[in-house]
Amino acid sequence: MTDILQVGSYTFKSRLLVGTGKYCDLDEAGRAIEASGADVVTMAVRRTNLGQNPNEPNLLDVITPDRYTLLPNTAGCHTADDAVRTCQLARELLDGHNLVKLEVISKSRTLYPDVVETLNAARMLVKDRFEVMVYTSDDPLIATELEAIGCVAVMPLGAPIGSGLGLQNPYNIREILDNLKVPVIVDAGVGTASDATVAMELGCEGVLINTAIAEAKDPVKMARAMRFAIESGRLAYEAGRMPKKRYADASSPEIGLIE
Amino acid sequence: MQVSVNGQIEEIEGQSLNSYLASKLILGRRIAVELNGEIVPKSQFSSVMLVDGDVLEIVHAIGGG
Repeated sequence: MTDILQVGSYTFKSRLLVGTGKYCDLDEAGRAIEASGADVVTMAVRRTNLGQNPNEPNLLDVITPDRYTLLPNTAGCHTADDAVRTCQLARELLDGHNLVKLEVISKSRTLYPDVVETLNAARMLVKDRFEVMVYTSDDPLIATELEAIGCVAVMPLGAPIGSGLGLQNPYNIREILDNLKVPVIVDAGVGTASDATVAMELGCEGVLINTAIAEAKDPVKMARAMRFAIESGRLAYEAGRMPKKRYADASSPEIGLIE
Repeated sequence: MQVSVNGQIEEIEGQSLNSYLASKLILGRRIAVELNGEIVPKSQFSSVMLVDGDVLEIVHAIGGG
């Protein structure tokens, strides 16, 4: 049976979602994303530089919408209104594509989600027929509320954006997983392959990774590592791990020993 | 007349949005345009005439997480 990730009306083969920020150039980003095997690739919306090198390669020429599902984010937005406006521009930019990553981030050094504005923006976007994948804190009550509003995926942080600290509160992620029916995808905080596996072993439906790949010494190799980490974690989750014990339990039979 | 484009004031002749974008060599590229806070669908670029005081935001996709 094929393992499929279902997010709203979309289906994906890969449970690894990747970002396109922080790469040296578009060529490196393209190669790393290909190696990751990801179907969903995030992007940001920014003002176009006018009159400066109009032939400069565009992200969408490398990460093409016919090959990948582009997931525009609202990074940099600090209010619900700005986030909604950004999503509307992204929908126009991508010819009516309605899947978005909502993130309303505080102006603090933690880049922690502003959940009040996030909730407001989520309500406005769902009403405007967007399919909203929402970045949020690991607060189980807020995650439940975001699902109730109609978000198609809830994406709690594992640790602050770009920190690479790994999952800091697996118990909250577990609690969110127990409470929600929509996919829970860890977004932010993964530093290396084992962090991604931990998230998948908890039962997360996917992991969204940018910095851990882009800032690795060899991003293409790390992208491959993440691909396997996600697959391994998912398989281990499905297989169901053995119970933990306090003492040893010999693997080889203790009867039939030679004397 | 004066228009604001991505936060910069510009002195331009009266013209359609289509010809303005063509003059900036970005017509046909993957962009989205907002005029005075409202999205302008690509199909309406040639029918929209720019007037004094218009505020344009022109965006494209870049790398992000």
